[in-house]
Amino acid sequence: VLHTTRPLHTTQQSLAPVPPLPEKGGEVRHGFIPEEFFQFLYPKTGVTGPYMLGTGLLLYFLSKEIYVINHETVAAACILGVFIYGIKRFGPDVAAYADKLNEEKMASALAMKNEAMQALQTAIEEEKKEQWRVEGRTYLFDAKRNNIAMLLETNYRERLMMVYNEVKKRLDYQVAMQALKRQKEQDHMIQWVEKNVIQSITPQQQKESIAKCILDLKALSKSAQAAV
Amino acid sequence: LPAAVLLKDTKLMDVKLGQLGSWLAMRDFTPSGILGAVRRGYDRYYNKYINVRKGGIGGVSMVLAGYIVLSYMWSYSHI
Repeated sequence: VLHTTRPLHTTQQSLAPVPPLPEKGGEVRHGFIPEEFFQFLYPKTGVTGPYMLGTGLLLYFLSKEIYVINHETVAAACILGVFIYGIKRFGPDVAAYADKLNEEKMASALAMKNEAMQALQTAIEEEKKEQWRVEGRTYLFDAKRNNIAMLLETNYRERLMMVYNEVKKRLDYQVAMQALKRQKEQDHMIQWVEKNVIQSITPQQQKESIAKCILDLKALSKSAQAAV
Repeated sequence: LPAAVLLKDTKLMDVKLGQLGSWLAMRDFTPSGILGAVRRGYDRYYNKYINVRKGGIGGVSMVLAGYIVLSYMWSYSHI
């Protein structure tokens, strides 16, 4: 159940960016006494106050045997000596090595961040280019429309041509039929007329026409002779 | 007129010596309170001396010194 009267996200709190780590830690004097202790005693006792306090405490512990000197004291002294020698000698090298490790981690993280930003930048560029490309859509559609119109036109003209050819073929056929018919009638009539005429020439007429031809020839030969 | 701060909310360094008893009595001694106090103390120490860019030997050596002193105190009767 969500109480809608409760206001949400009222503060500006956000988890990122994380504030950077402080450069140096709290100051520590002689390796194990924090600096705040010296500052705490400075107004009352000056610079030597804490050291006096330390010496007094040490002598008090020793004299009252609150701190007992036995074999462990010698062992502790040797161990402490070795520790201090080691730290003084190898401290800076170890610190430099640790810093180098840290630097490498930071560098790789930074590189990743930069790469991601670069990738996003190029993505933005690509997106802008795509948007520009989309503007050319209208030309594409115009070209397509032109293509289709041309196809339709060609098809229409082809069909017109076909229609014309078919009609012409039919009409030619009719014309050829009529011409053939007329020719046949003509031939038939000529044959019939010739046949009848030849039948009608009787033998007597044949003799008469031959005699007439001979007379004509004689007359012609006389006139021809004269011309030559 | 400065606003009067309740004794419950003052920090330890601002408590006057006479009020120390009553201040101590007002603290939270339930298990969760003690756990919270330990957590806070640990966080303060950690963020001041260890969780930094260039930490020194002080952060670790103070813990070791405290451990030495505490173990000496616990084993004093055996000496």
